[in-house]
Amino acid sequence: MKQLLGFIRKEFRHIFRDPRTMIILFGIPIVQLLLFGYVITTEIKDAHIAILDKSNDEVTREITHKLLSSGYFKLDAMLDNDGQIDNIFRKGNIKEVVVFQQDFGKKLERDGKADVQVIADASDPNTAQLLSNYTNAIVQDYLQKKFINYHIPYEIKPQVRMLFNESLKGAFMYVPGTMALILIIISAMMTSITIVREKEMGTMEILLVSPLKSHHIIIGKVTPYLILSVINAITIVVLGNLVFGVPVRGSLILLMFVVILYIMLALSLGILISTIAASQFSAMFVSIMALMLPTMLLSGFIYPIDNMPVVLQVLSNIMPARWFIEAVKAVMLKGVGAGYIWKQLLIMTGMTAVFLVISMKKFKLRLE
Amino acid sequence: MMISVENIEKKYGEVKALRGVSLDVKEGELFGLIGPDGAGKTSLIRILVTLLKPDAGSATVNQLDVVDDFRKLRKQLGYMPGRFSLYPDLSVEENMNFFATVFGTTIEENYDLVKDIYQQIEPFKERLAGRLSGGMKQKLALSCALIHAPKVLILDEPTTGVDAVSRKEFWEMLKRLQKMGITIFVSTPYMDEANLCDRVALIQDGNILTIDTPEKVTQSFAHKLWAIRSDNMYLCIHHLREHPEAESVFGFGEYLHVTWKNQEMQAEEMMNYLTGLGHTNVEVKETEPGIEDVFMDLMQKHDS
Repeated sequence: MKQLLGFIRKEFRHIFRDPRTMIILFGIPIVQLLLFGYVITTEIKDAHIAILDKSNDEVTREITHKLLSSGYFKLDAMLDNDGQIDNIFRKGNIKEVVVFQQDFGKKLERDGKADVQVIADASDPNTAQLLSNYTNAIVQDYLQKKFINYHIPYEIKPQVRMLFNESLKGAFMYVPGTMALILIIISAMMTSITIVREKEMGTMEILLVSPLKSHHIIIGKVTPYLILSVINAITIVVLGNLVFGVPVRGSLILLMFVVILYIMLALSLGILISTIAASQFSAMFVSIMALMLPTMLLSGFIYPIDNMPVVLQVLSNIMPARWFIEAVKAVMLKGVGAGYIWKQLLIMTGMTAVFLVISMKKFKLRLE
Repeated sequence: MMISVENIEKKYGEVKALRGVSLDVKEGELFGLIGPDGAGKTSLIRILVTLLKPDAGSATVNQLDVVDDFRKLRKQLGYMPGRFSLYPDLSVEENMNFFATVFGTTIEENYDLVKDIYQQIEPFKERLAGRLSGGMKQKLALSCALIHAPKVLILDEPTTGVDAVSRKEFWEMLKRLQKMGITIFVSTPYMDEANLCDRVALIQDGNILTIDTPEKVTQSFAHKLWAIRSDNMYLCIHHLREHPEAESVFGFGEYLHVTWKNQEMQAEEMMNYLTGLGHTNVEVKETEPGIEDVFMDLMQKHDS
């Protein structure tokens, strides 16, 4: 026990004395969370648009006013003729042009029908889709309020409610995802690197010849990273709450349990990588190639699993992050109890056990 | 016997590192394993300290088998690997403390043993190990290897890359440790260090060439040995090797060491031969063979 404590103390010294390790441990998580939260957002805010109002009557002015006061759109230019549309898109700033046909208000009153054309820059298809939907919704909303007495014979009005994330905030998705990504990088990459570093520096030779047992070395190596990763996870949850308003609706203890289980899983992966990798560089390479990219792409963090080709859907089952993200979302956003996420917990426990057994078997008591 | 090695063989893929090595080291002995780089010294040492398994043969250290009893043995061994294997980002004291804790002891407990060595680096105990000079690093590594009072100390080329003064100091430390009753097994590529050992084994290409005291090893040299020099050493080697009676010609510092097939060969004859070929300032004298001469000789015999 004393040996183990001595080992852990030594490990903490390595971490605190290496500026690069400190940056990776504490700088990257915060930067990454803020980046994901702010930059990669799917919400529309102040999109630049132009308006070509061929009618310029009361109705079109009111609709224009509604569009611009919604907060989603910002007017860049009022156009005079159709010829300008092409040009203004090519300049690149404008995402959408709204064109009101001639005598828009009159036609609406007379025929009960008028045309408004929405042209969007679909070089970014997601944004184009979103913008046109928003525009459409605002126009519809205006009409309904304006002609409240006007009776449409048959009408289905869906009442949509977005459960668990009423305002469709992207951060609700990115906070659990970032947590999955950061914890696996820190836990798996850093532990594999630190174990391989001992091999590379030759200190592993002395550790092996000492009375230390292999589990002493492994536990001593991972304990500091377990503690630091838990601190990291708490930082992310707190930051997510304070900066992006992501709530923790379920039990905090259950959330921490899920987090710790996932960290253990990542640590055991790190140990496994360290038994395979021969150099610090290859440990880092394997960690990034095998963990970071698949975690980002296949875990449902950025792209929904249901929309993937079947092969990738099957593959996503072996991504530890997939189960973690499911469990964390359930606890944080839906506020469920352990009974609802037992499957995810079981899978993560199983994965950890498998990785640990393989690593213990592969851990060499001698030099090769 | 403190260390007993019998017919050890070790292969790395197709390369044979050890081809049937046997040797014995008595308790309390300072034993030197001497040979050039790639001779198999590190392989043999790693087998003795339980880091490698031999492909064939067996070895015991303090009556413990290096394969079967490796756990017990690891507690009794002091091992200092070839390259500096401490933590450069920990201070001198932290390194010492760490290794003491790992072996379940404290610096204080075995202070007597390491006192002589540790006192020399104690003034720098706050300094990070990575910032120590080569000689001081070796002293720290030795202190760390001794911290658990091992019965056997096994060192792999401890003086390689260390300056001459530190090398001398280091051997003096080994001598003092030997007096405290520790058996020491040390490998080195420096032939001149052989004379500081009680007994030496010369190793080349995975074969032991000879095992004896340094005196007896040099006495075994059967030829008259001549030291020869001239102003043009490069041509001198060529010309001497061309001489039909020449047996071996090797450069040793500022002289060439030469043996002749004909033991009756006289200095005058050699002088005349070389001056006749245009050499100036020719010097010829008889000299005492050293370990290196024996080594070269044995190597040649072994190869042929």
